[in-house]
Amino acid sequence: MAKKRSIGGTAGIFLKESTVLKAAAKVRESGFIKFDAITPYPVHGMEEACGIKRSWIPYVTFTAGCAGLLAALGLVYYTSVIDWPINVGGKPMFSLPAFIPIMFELTVLFAALSSVGALFYICGMPKIDPPVIDKDLTCHKFAIFIPENDVGYNAERVEKLMKDLGADEVKKVAEY
Amino acid sequence: MSQPMKRNELVLGNKTLKDITDDICAPVERFPSKGWMALFVSAKTLFLFYILTIAMVVSTGIGLLGVNHPVAWGTMIITFVFWVGIGHAGTLISAILFLFRQKWRTSVARSAEAMTVFAVATAGIFPLIHTGRPWLDFWLFPYPNQRGPLWVNFRSPLLWDVFAISTYATVSTVFWFVGLIPDFATLKDRAKNKIRRTVYGALSLGWRGTAKNWSHYEMVYLILAGLSTPLVLSVHTIVSFDFAVSNLPGWHTTIFPPYFVAGAIFSGFAMVITLMSLIRIGWPTFKDYITIDHMEVMNKIIMMTGLMVGYAYGSEFLIAWYSGNIYEQYVFFVSRAFGPYAWSYWIMICCNVVIPQLFWFKKFRRSIPVMFVVSIFVNIGMWFERFVITVTSLHRDFLPSNWGQYAWSMYDTAILVGSFGMFFTIFLLYLRVFPAISIAEMKPVMNVGKDEEGGH
Repeated sequence: MAKKRSIGGTAGIFLKESTVLKAAAKVRESGFIKFDAITPYPVHGMEEACGIKRSWIPYVTFTAGCAGLLAALGLVYYTSVIDWPINVGGKPMFSLPAFIPIMFELTVLFAALSSVGALFYICGMPKIDPPVIDKDLTCHKFAIFIPENDVGYNAERVEKLMKDLGADEVKKVAEY
Repeated sequence: MSQPMKRNELVLGNKTLKDITDDICAPVERFPSKGWMALFVSAKTLFLFYILTIAMVVSTGIGLLGVNHPVAWGTMIITFVFWVGIGHAGTLISAILFLFRQKWRTSVARSAEAMTVFAVATAGIFPLIHTGRPWLDFWLFPYPNQRGPLWVNFRSPLLWDVFAISTYATVSTVFWFVGLIPDFATLKDRAKNKIRRTVYGALSLGWRGTAKNWSHYEMVYLILAGLSTPLVLSVHTIVSFDFAVSNLPGWHTTIFPPYFVAGAIFSGFAMVITLMSLIRIGWPTFKDYITIDHMEVMNKIIMMTGLMVGYAYGSEFLIAWYSGNIYEQYVFFVSRAFGPYAWSYWIMICCNVVIPQLFWFKKFRRSIPVMFVVSIFVNIGMWFERFVITVTSLHRDFLPSNWGQYAWSMYDTAILVGSFGMFFTIFLLYLRVFPAISIAEMKPVMNVGKDEEGGH
């Protein structure tokens, strides 16, 4: 996913959300597995239609959050207990309640930045000048793209399938 | 089956998907109007004046301001808390209302969050200058150094604040930017010339909008909303710790964290109303997106948080009386309400508790001129709340020999007024170059393109 090389294929352009959603489900039923839908906004139900598994980013978030918590604990423990202990009113050196704000903030910071980092990694971002199938796909049109290396790919068959599913236009895509 | 209750449409004017893109992109793609230019030139002039003031304060010293013994925290800290508070409404709208699935939030979330980012940036400058020697501000961060190594004091609320504010600034900026990425891609694809295409293409980071990308994107958006929610509550809690952890009468109270958070949301929503009223005037097409219904809902939140703040004011008196502590009782019953700074206390009560009561009436909740004026009063009142907390608690503490006044100087005024120049300059620039309403988030809340039952 992340380091996917550009590949040619066929794209069907659709004008209605409900059409593209039904089409995506049908394309999947026809046996294609590497296709993807391109939409200007997250379409409700598209994950089910395309058979996309639940995102694994929450695991990154949790791990990074734990790392942040431990990093913060390590930092405050090393600096305030080991390296530069200061006796304030006879209170314990390892005064955990006073360290909680730092631990909380670093947990959130690590978790948030890592989640966004994971998103960028999965989506292959940042990417300079990515191929664009149609300029209206970020505005009001929808597309289903089937790469030429997909199972049972055949240009004529795909074109006919797209037409049957109600595509407004079928495009040959040199690289995507 | 009986008809379910019909809600008012979130977007007026039966827009198509293309209309939404065109409407929201229009202000970014046309030449700025005279009104925008006039506002921008004024804001920028004020900003330059602010930079000059800061230069004088930094080069001459913090003594140009009124801070001195015993009132060592003055305009800098007051205005810092004020601007951080403003920021909180943006995160409440973008994160907390997102978790609660409040669809109306969509059309105001982008600008409210921009407000958060810029307000926190404006706020962040104050404590940095307040240190007196801002060129040494990197000492605030724990890093291995040759002074011992001498570490920062992790038991100090002021240091918690460094972490809270910098985390808040980072996470809200990232959250805001992640929301902007698909819209930058839209702007790139619409670009008529190469420079626009390149700049927005770079900002969009090569976003393509495939179903797989959207799936991960929505997950990250949810996670960021989930992380921002406790974060925003923690930030003003920690800001209130700056006061509450000390043992000064008037500061040392357990009600401070919720009281500060409610006050922050209160003032932030007032600023959102101020800005949204101006946006509606400047770009009439946005009235279809930011409707009177949206404004009314926010006015209800203002009224509710205003009542919470009023309750906190009252409860402070109760606790002062109940504690039996004479210093505490002196602060609330004598010094604040009837002392030399009583005028600031009563400005605060009028602006924050009395004036928002207008919103009990639907007519006022739905009137733009009324809500604009009320929002300005709330902003003033919330600045004075921080003034009351900071100055009136410090100016008379335990020993009468330690009493004194805050020597307000013209530099205090300059730095307070100038900070609005900074905020508005950035905000006006944002309105010109970034889509002020989330294009990709608006479309799913519409009912176009779905089949007859409204589903799929």
